[in-house]
Amino acid sequence: MPDPVLNPQLNADGELHHLLSLDGLPRGIVERVLSTADSFIGVGSREVKSVPLLRGRSVFNLFFENSTRTRTTFEIAAKRLSADVFNLNIASSSAAKGESLLDTINNLTAMQADLFVVRHSQGGAPHLIAGHVAPHVHVINAGDGRHAHPTQGLLDLYTIRHYKPDFGALSVAIVGDILHSRVARSDIHALRALGVPDVRAVGPLTLLPDGLDELGVRVFTSLQEGIRDCDVVIMLRLQNERMSGALLPSAAEYFRRYGLTPEALRAAKPDCIVMHPGPMNRGIEIDSRVADGAHSVILPQVTFGIAVRMAVLSIAASSARFR
Amino acid sequence: MIDLDAESVYALFAQRVRELVAGRALVLVGVHTGGVWLAERLRKDLNVAAEVGVLDVSFYRDDFAAGGLNPDVRPSRIPFEVAGCHVVLVDDVLNTGRTVRAAMNELFDYGRPARIDLAVLIDRGGRELPIAPSVVGRTIEVPDEVSVVLTREASGRLHLKLEQKGRA
Repeated sequence: MPDPVLNPQLNADGELHHLLSLDGLPRGIVERVLSTADSFIGVGSREVKSVPLLRGRSVFNLFFENSTRTRTTFEIAAKRLSADVFNLNIASSSAAKGESLLDTINNLTAMQADLFVVRHSQGGAPHLIAGHVAPHVHVINAGDGRHAHPTQGLLDLYTIRHYKPDFGALSVAIVGDILHSRVARSDIHALRALGVPDVRAVGPLTLLPDGLDELGVRVFTSLQEGIRDCDVVIMLRLQNERMSGALLPSAAEYFRRYGLTPEALRAAKPDCIVMHPGPMNRGIEIDSRVADGAHSVILPQVTFGIAVRMAVLSIAASSARFR
Repeated sequence: MIDLDAESVYALFAQRVRELVAGRALVLVGVHTGGVWLAERLRKDLNVAAEVGVLDVSFYRDDFAAGGLNPDVRPSRIPFEVAGCHVVLVDDVLNTGRTVRAAMNELFDYGRPARIDLAVLIDRGGRELPIAPSVVGRTIEVPDEVSVVLTREASGRLHLKLEQKGRA
């Protein structure tokens, strides 16, 4: 039986109850999310773009930190499941008036919330909420500080699997600001969990955190060496708003050394795919010719992201029968 | 013990579907998994041009709150315009009618068909909804705790078995 303290994401039957992090998530659950997402892909191209799975359930998008894109994709996912969706921009309301996080949650639970989708600038905030909510309520982490962004990790896995189904033979490079990136952390956990043998982190030393080798990740400071013969190149956004202190000389200098240009991309395999979690900084981490080029799967990532989030919401809501 | 020779039941079933459609244009939609096998077989035997549509009704079931989402859900695929079509919905065993209800709801989310007929290989009774098939291969009576299971050999040959429910 899973330990609810060690892994608060799972219920007593080992099923997904909250999605907080991909760290420690059993491989079977990751695979179930991916295969369920397959069945949601087609829903978006039908005449009626929703299914009635979560009819009558209330999904609250709690964004303590702004993120239009993630909030919108969760909103679309919940609406395509026929849930009632409520968007709360907490950053500019209750929290600003001094209400505590848990008081906010108590109030919303009293409004009959069934699922909370939480984005917070502090790592661990979704865990705190998950430990506090009523047993029938589910919490989905939509990004917490530098800690995790599990649905992005899952949609990246889904995208890779779509184009490169043989995980056992892949080389994947994650390039850029690994230090501040919860996406990188979630991707690394997800790729290792599914048995990808070669995961690399590429960036300037000032943007590479310690301990990557303990996660089984090879570290490179040269873009050319880092993406050599890779099947998948995941570019990360240079996160200006998270940058504290002088970690980089300038954006132009960064682009010269780490910007993904068509010339730089020649080091990777000829059939490689290029991914980016968005929003992109064209001309800083990625050249427009690559972003819009034949290797780019950046827009399919967005489409897949909705199906993956539909899968996460419906699988988590499935465990309600054990309340 | 009821003797169920699936191939002879199928022959009668296919003959009845042929009489029902009487040469008119139709499309076939099978419900996962047995219904899809039957629809593919009917497509050959009735010379239907359009590929078979496939429905997995997991997203439309009425017991999500009690049972959660089927972990083995497979993609539905309707490779034709549903709007204006004469659809023959095919399933292996008709019991409560809840699967058919779910399948019709899903089908309508692809478009508004001109007509839907329901063709089932076996009608075992036990309806809980006002749903009646247009074509039945064979009607049988079995106790509630018994499942009627259609299987298919690699060669395509069909078999029907009675199994105690709840046994893996």
